Amino acid sequence: MAAPITPQPGHSAAQEFLHNLRRLPNTFKDAWLRLGKVPESEREESQATFHNFFLHIHSVRVHVRTLSPTLTLGLGLIAVSSFVLLCITGVLLMVYYKPSTALAYESMKDIHFTVATGRFVRNLHRWSAHVMVLAVFLHMARVFFTASYKKPREFNWLIGLALLVVTLGLSFTGYLLPWDQLAYWAITIGSNIANSPRELTDAVGITEWLDPGGFQRRLLLGANYVGEDALIRFYVLHVFVLPVVLVILVSVHFWRIRKDGGLARPEDPMGGPAEWGAKMRPVFQPLASKTYGLMAVVRGRRPPVNRGPENTMMSWPHLFWAELAVFMLTVLVTLALSFFFDAPLKEIANPAIPENPAKAPWYFLGIQELVSYSAFTGGLVIPLVALLGLALIPFLDRRPGGEGVWFGTPGEGQVAGRSALFGLAAAVGMLAFTVNLGWLRNWFPQIPQLWILFINPGSLLVLLYAGWSLWVLKQKNSVRLAAVALFTCFLVGFTVLTYFATVHRGPNWEFYWWPSQWPVH
Amino acid sequence: MPDNEPAGSRLDPPRVSRRSFLSLASLASFFAAIGVAAAGVFRLPAPTVLPGPMRRTKVGQVEDLPVGSERLFPKENVFVFRDEEGIYAMSAVCTHLGCTVSRTGEGFACPCHGSRFGSAGDVLGGPAPRPLPQLEVTRAADGQLVVLADNEVPAGTRFRV
Repeated sequence: MAAPITPQPGHSAAQEFLHNLRRLPNTFKDAWLRLGKVPESEREESQATFHNFFLHIHSVRVHVRTLSPTLTLGLGLIAVSSFVLLCITGVLLMVYYKPSTALAYESMKDIHFTVATGRFVRNLHRWSAHVMVLAVFLHMARVFFTASYKKPREFNWLIGLALLVVTLGLSFTGYLLPWDQLAYWAITIGSNIANSPRELTDAVGITEWLDPGGFQRRLLLGANYVGEDALIRFYVLHVFVLPVVLVILVSVHFWRIRKDGGLARPEDPMGGPAEWGAKMRPVFQPLASKTYGLMAVVRGRRPPVNRGPENTMMSWPHLFWAELAVFMLTVLVTLALSFFFDAPLKEIANPAIPENPAKAPWYFLGIQELVSYSAFTGGLVIPLVALLGLALIPFLDRRPGGEGVWFGTPGEGQVAGRSALFGLAAAVGMLAFTVNLGWLRNWFPQIPQLWILFINPGSLLVLLYAGWSLWVLKQKNSVRLAAVALFTCFLVGFTVLTYFATVHRGPNWEFYWWPSQWPVH
Repeated sequence: MPDNEPAGSRLDPPRVSRRSFLSLASLASFFAAIGVAAAGVFRLPAPTVLPGPMRRTKVGQVEDLPVGSERLFPKENVFVFRDEEGIYAMSAVCTHLGCTVSRTGEGFACPCHGSRFGSAGDVLGGPAPRPLPQLEVTRAADGQLVVLADNEVPAGTRFRV
């Protein structure tokens, strides 16, 4: 029954009004915060997590291992933190940025030189993007080397790969917007990579009937040349389509972490609480007189019957302090970088002549090196094969073991070390060979393009890595170790190519030991 | 399930009732309609009209091009040459990924991925899949030479003057 709305005996409506007005701060606080005070018991700590929209994606209790900084290195959270910064600074930049070829560059200059704090906000946007890309790469490596993709986390590994692609897409569409030299030639090259299936269809002679490359290029550019239509398309992708896709994917990613039983970790030993971490943190102490609700139980292979959820601790405050610390660290680092280093802005786009050398940002330089062997193979086939290989890992490696422990499979550290050496030697050897002796076109100028499409330094490197992985599979008789070999090789190969293209490629994409040796003109 | 339950009851319904058939049919037609509409709407980003700059470039009178000369028209990315046999034009757009090539001693070089071409546009090295194409040269009504950038012609073609 509803409370009577008439005032209590002896009180007028005006008195009640005044009474309610005086209590307004308290009633509003109750309505807003639900709990309304700092939690004092475990029950209230559960409520603090459970009743809050932003916190309730976490379970009420987490396993102590989850809070070990050396397990996750906080990389996923760093990526999300930088994405938060990117959203805030991105909206601020949208206030002044004008997506038109005539005005874009001028508006960037305005943001840099005229708009109050514009330069700092743009720096923050650029640096957060760098941090996010780096964190996403490292996060993937962390998940791989702790075998955290294994059943039941296969699907979340796939979501993670999609997030990697969307993150790179956001970076690419982002650095096109200033319409400077980097932007213009990056769009030109990017859209021509989309066009590069023509390299194959031309070589086979079917472009007239089947032209997926031309279709992709027209879809990206909206025209036959790089101009207004292309800029507005990339702008729409950058400020709306890709961020929305990313937010949806991240939500599913988080939700699956919870549903897949929290972060991957080895099984707890039977019996009492594990020693691990018990000394540092207030690990759960089961009470004989208490029963525990379902919300305290996370999914695992061994339900904690009659034992309580041991080795877990309250998310509030321990997990939230840890997360806040990672967020603050990310903000601090990006703020410091933005304070000391300006985001680059090249000269205004000049369709007549590219910069020499015209280099992409660091995360695409490895691909640029591959593209300098063959556009179709290096720009589309090898990245797609690598993505496909990564996607297949959790479905080919089904044997449980080693989850949540760095290099946890027996012999994994050794295989990873040797694979790193092999990957390094193969990549450096291939680069040295190509730089010194050239490739098929230099030896046989009339050779059909089809040969170069299939046989080039990039494809041979991939084959070498695949061969090494198969050899490990045979020698060690373990799918996991073969996957470790392949992943390590690719990681090292990617790093070597990125370093090589950054430091050792100069004007006309020729080899130089140092940028100081580049010819002056 | 108890055996005495009559057929068609709540526990043993007929396989597809009239009502569920109608529900399924309406659902199916709804999704079919949405599918067709979506296919039509997603046609939107594929442009029907491809806007672009004029691909015919006036490059001056024959007298502006003495024998042995070479001119670059940077806005249109076209090289125009004249040798003893006649006048010919070559695209300055790399056939690899579309950067603009620049003149070097041996011919042309691309700054983006290191393709190298000979002075006739033939590929000497690097990733370029095709030679730099020669473009059609013709003469406009006012006597000026015109390069038609959309029309490729075989290497060695000359506009005789």
